[in-house]
Amino acid sequence: MFSTRNFNRSKPVLFILILFPSLLWAYQFVTGNLGVNPIEKLMDELGLMALRLIIITLMITTLSNIKALKSIVVFRRMIGLFAFYYVCLHFSTYIVLDHFLDMQFIIQDIIKRPFITFGFISFLFLIPLAITSTNNIIKRLGFKLWKKIHYLIYPVAILASMHFYVLVRADKTEPVIYMGIIILLLLHRIFKRLTRPQLAQ
Amino acid sequence: MKILSSEITPYKTYLNRRKFIKGSLASALLATVSPSAFANHDNNSLVYNKYLNENDKLNSYEEITTYNNFYEFGTHKKHPHLNSGNFKPRPWTIKIDGLVKKPQTFDLEKILSNVTIEDRVYRLRCVEAWSMVIPWQGFQLSELIKMAEPLSSAKYVQFVTVFRPEEMPGQQKRTIIWPYREGLRMDEAMNPLTILATGLYGHEMPNQNGAPIRLVVPWKYGFKSIKSIVEIRFLDTQPETSWETLAPWEYGFYANVNPNVNHPRWSQGTERRIGEFKRRETLMFNGYEEEVAHLYKDLDLTKFY
Repeated sequence: MFSTRNFNRSKPVLFILILFPSLLWAYQFVTGNLGVNPIEKLMDELGLMALRLIIITLMITTLSNIKALKSIVVFRRMIGLFAFYYVCLHFSTYIVLDHFLDMQFIIQDIIKRPFITFGFISFLFLIPLAITSTNNIIKRLGFKLWKKIHYLIYPVAILASMHFYVLVRADKTEPVIYMGIIILLLLHRIFKRLTRPQLAQ
Repeated sequence: MKILSSEITPYKTYLNRRKFIKGSLASALLATVSPSAFANHDNNSLVYNKYLNENDKLNSYEEITTYNNFYEFGTHKKHPHLNSGNFKPRPWTIKIDGLVKKPQTFDLEKILSNVTIEDRVYRLRCVEAWSMVIPWQGFQLSELIKMAEPLSSAKYVQFVTVFRPEEMPGQQKRTIIWPYREGLRMDEAMNPLTILATGLYGHEMPNQNGAPIRLVVPWKYGFKSIKSIVEIRFLDTQPETSWETLAPWEYGFYANVNPNVNHPRWSQGTERRIGEFKRRETLMFNGYEEEVAHLYKDLDLTKFY
């Protein structure tokens, strides 16, 4: 049931499921159905989706340690790329819809406001991960170097959750839950490395 | 209810109209949807436009009542609208204490029978960099202060929101230290722009907007305009306020709208007027510079933000 073959077969369904929210929000935005402050709503939804997908990619790696779930790793690349897709939409909403390409203002905003700084760096770190995600490039780089580059996902996840944490004015329950999950996943990895160092090689 | 013609004030007209509307569901629906419900404001164009700029357009009743911050009902801006159905704004009393001639508790109806309700259309600028234009009904806070008879030693006014966790689900969680508290300097409180609002768009104040009575200080960020007030205290020292206590590096006691003093979360140079696509420039004192700038001529506004 949890075979690589079955998982590979279900990929198109998952693809559509993860793509669907962005299409829905775009449609709602264009037709004026995203509430009273549609730009803010669009930005929030896209950002939250991106953060959740980033966390899911981290979870997949951890869960694939369980024998029965080993094959779910086949979903990781697609979900990681979707995370990048949602981050790009989130960032372009901020640049184009929220600030109308006012670059001077945007640069100031990125420098001066810690939460935007965190989000922006997180976005920058995601770019090399997305670029190096084709089989061809993995081959060319060699798996070891590729793996090293992809350690960037840890700062990406931490910065993204901090981006959300700082944004929230009060009642930080939701960002704290995300941060907690990320820390647990990281601890698990560190623990694994310490107890079975040969895995790291 | 029988009313003598001599007793009729604009406020009572609103109440009556509301009672009449309640009589028929159809007309009640009509009242919230059709522009005719707002017709009584068109006669008031003088008051109406006094505090507005040419390019200020009223926000809709729907926008004002479905998108706002009132953490007592939840932290999301849709929560006040969704979670305030069980709140009971009547009967209502306001306790007056601190440095006053005689501490006392006023019945809201008694206060309302002693004041003149008028229309005030103000811009409201939230610290989160969005804004609206809202047609309030209310009376000047100075009128209530006169009734309260503060001592000359009173330099500040503190306001306290009701604490009813069973009716206000947001209060069941400690997002803020409840009850919500706010404060003004006495001269700010006495300024003619400062009102206690009891209605909007000619309706009684909706629960989600601070029923039955709330403060409106249009030249300050929205969080200063405390809602559902049950206590007013006169003090000789600057009172603690909720957001300042929670994050003093972000929120000051004064919280005057000021495009030149940045907030770590939001640039205060621009704002999104709800309903508009492009951002607008934020105005000093939210555009009420003429009326209030003199209050702060000796104050370094970058320090006392």
